[in-house]
Amino acid sequence: MTQALKTDGPQPGLRDVLDEGPLPESLLPEPAVEQKVERRTVEIDSHSLNFGPQHPSAHGVLRLVLEMEGEVVARAVPHIGLLHRGTEKLIEYKTYPKALPYFDRLDYASPMSEEHAFALATEKLLGITAPERAQWIRVIFAEITRILNHILNLTAMGLDCGAVTPALWGYEEREKLLEFYEAVSGARFHANYFRPGGVARDLPAGLEERIGRWADEFPAWIDDLESLLTENRIWKQRTVGIGVFTSEQALAWGFSGPCLRGSGVPWDLRRSQPYDTYDRVTFDIPVARHGDCYDRYLVRVAEMRESVKIIKQGLEQIKPGPVKVQDPKFSPPPRAEMKRSMEALIHHFKLFTEGYHVPPGATYTAVETPKGEFGVYLVADGSNRPYRCKIRPTGFAHLQAIDEMSRRGMLADAVAIIGSLDLVFGEVDR
Amino acid sequence: MAYFFLRTLIGQIILIALEALAVLVPLLIAVAYLTLMERKVMAAMQLRRGPNVNGIFGLLQAFADAIKMITKETIIPAGANRFLFLFAPFLTFSLAMLAWAVIPTGSGLAVANINVGILYLLAISSLGVYGTLIAGWASNSKYAFLGSLRAAAQMVSYEVSIGLVIVSVLLAVGSLNLNDIVLAQQHIWFCVPMFPMFIVFFISALAETGRAPFDLPEGESELVAGFFVEYSSLSFGLFFLGEYANMILMSGMVSILFLGGWLPPLGIAPFTWVPGPLWFIAKILFCLFVFIWTRATFPRFRYDQLMRLGWKIFLPMSLLWMIATAGFLLATGMLPQGAS
Repeated sequence: MTQALKTDGPQPGLRDVLDEGPLPESLLPEPAVEQKVERRTVEIDSHSLNFGPQHPSAHGVLRLVLEMEGEVVARAVPHIGLLHRGTEKLIEYKTYPKALPYFDRLDYASPMSEEHAFALATEKLLGITAPERAQWIRVIFAEITRILNHILNLTAMGLDCGAVTPALWGYEEREKLLEFYEAVSGARFHANYFRPGGVARDLPAGLEERIGRWADEFPAWIDDLESLLTENRIWKQRTVGIGVFTSEQALAWGFSGPCLRGSGVPWDLRRSQPYDTYDRVTFDIPVARHGDCYDRYLVRVAEMRESVKIIKQGLEQIKPGPVKVQDPKFSPPPRAEMKRSMEALIHHFKLFTEGYHVPPGATYTAVETPKGEFGVYLVADGSNRPYRCKIRPTGFAHLQAIDEMSRRGMLADAVAIIGSLDLVFGEVDR
Repeated sequence: MAYFFLRTLIGQIILIALEALAVLVPLLIAVAYLTLMERKVMAAMQLRRGPNVNGIFGLLQAFADAIKMITKETIIPAGANRFLFLFAPFLTFSLAMLAWAVIPTGSGLAVANINVGILYLLAISSLGVYGTLIAGWASNSKYAFLGSLRAAAQMVSYEVSIGLVIVSVLLAVGSLNLNDIVLAQQHIWFCVPMFPMFIVFFISALAETGRAPFDLPEGESELVAGFFVEYSSLSFGLFFLGEYANMILMSGMVSILFLGGWLPPLGIAPFTWVPGPLWFIAKILFCLFVFIWTRATFPRFRYDQLMRLGWKIFLPMSLLWMIATAGFLLATGMLPQGAS
């Protein structure tokens, strides 16, 4: 950090208060000279601004210590950990099925996508594959989740830049989507719906038609959103050329998802290493070139349109069938079966108390969540609990870049950058 | 009776007090209902209902808010300058009220129909920046301080272009009296021949009152609430009332300078039946609607962009227009008598 400051930090002459190191030699008063020249050392201190955690644009519990020179940001130091709940450690003490709900609570703006990563990782270790219908349901709901997340992010970014109306329009659309969540899982946020070996239960009757109707109407809403923001001159002034990150920088800082694609790297796990039935749908991967806040915004808007396409294709191709592996070791038996069959009752009891034993092994399984590459590194030791579950959050890598992105920008730019990076602290702090 | 009011000292004082009340009471009620109007209009634009629980259509909401604000505790932050901290909202509020003394709602219908009404208005609105500055300084908070710095810079910058726009209007009128300015628009409202200046003035009015997209001093997503972040209870309420009263005042100025004040759009029968003050109110309401509409539509400017717009676009434009107006009036011999 200190090294970076010396090269491109505050101008010489402005001494940084946090920089504990000695003054550069050029600034030290020269040894006493005979001449009687009046020398004054003027020290202009920057002031620090405690941005958050109780700040309307902190997107949860970000505490950003901003080193300001007037309105200009000299340095932004994110302080994380205010939402640390020890998820990874807790998971080590839970059976595999019981570990799943923790993933909803990581990135609470896109719960099902996080479940998806853990479900796929566990399936890989168990050596099972979810039935086709379950895979389609997962794809459809992962895309619904993507739209949910992008609506929230885009409108919140608008709110950060002072546009109030998109946020309130967005809530209505999110409401419709959360009703789909509720219909399948009974919960609006913390769904616990994707399970290792499939999904918790089948879609209720009529839901496919409802989703189809919604998918027909939704692009009109995106048009409305774009009419407010995309060509708005103030919006462009606030976002174009702000927080620029080149593709090299984005790769070096470990970016993924829309933030990486906004910088011009066409990388999407749904395309490069398809999971579930993503290899059976056609969709485009929007990529933008400049890597500024505006491009990240455009990429997200375009991704919503692509998600609608995927949902429609999914609804066309989905066929009736089982929604979880037909193996009582991994999925609970039907209720009726338990009333007649002793074995079903035993399976049910074992599954919900002991869980299943996962053969020893390790896997890194990553999915393309709305925010980028979300990975789970899962180590199994043959017991019924994970030996280690390392979560690779997306926001963490993006958060690191705040300092680099917002340096020498205005305070208002820092706010726009935070909005465009799509940070959710449940996931960053874990 | 007439003798008592016009000839005795006590009668005069009572008369003046009554005149002041006749302006202030409707004004405060208007402010209260402006907040309701803002919430209702914004709600309609944002596909929601707005306040609808207190009274029919939420009509009692304004009073509920007032009662809530008055009964809360006034918190004075540690390290704040107590006197200035409490003085700032009073200053802002009273200045917002004072300006109304010269606004004519009908022909000659002003508390003080003074000859230099427009100068008085300029003076009062320039003083408004002190309330903001003092509030930001006295709160002893960085957010408030940044907010007040922004507010000061913004108000000063946009006052310059407002001043120049007013000068070009005055050139065409030949009087500083607000009554005369309105009467000069009997044939055509100034918003038609001076359309670009009308726009500049309106946008500057948005900036002057600190409304979106120029609400940087409050900049919720950056500065939390800007210069009044530390205020609570009635001291906050006074800022709030002051801001909204200023909005109405600015709308009034737009109507007087460009939309023909209390004059009907056409001087023919169905329009002239409606009394002047109603026309004036209707025009103010229209301007306020545009204020709110803008707020619901646009994102917020950045600080330096706002300064650039003010100094590099509006100032040259209004200066050029002023010279053009003067040249045109002089060349065509239309220069009003008073100004020659």
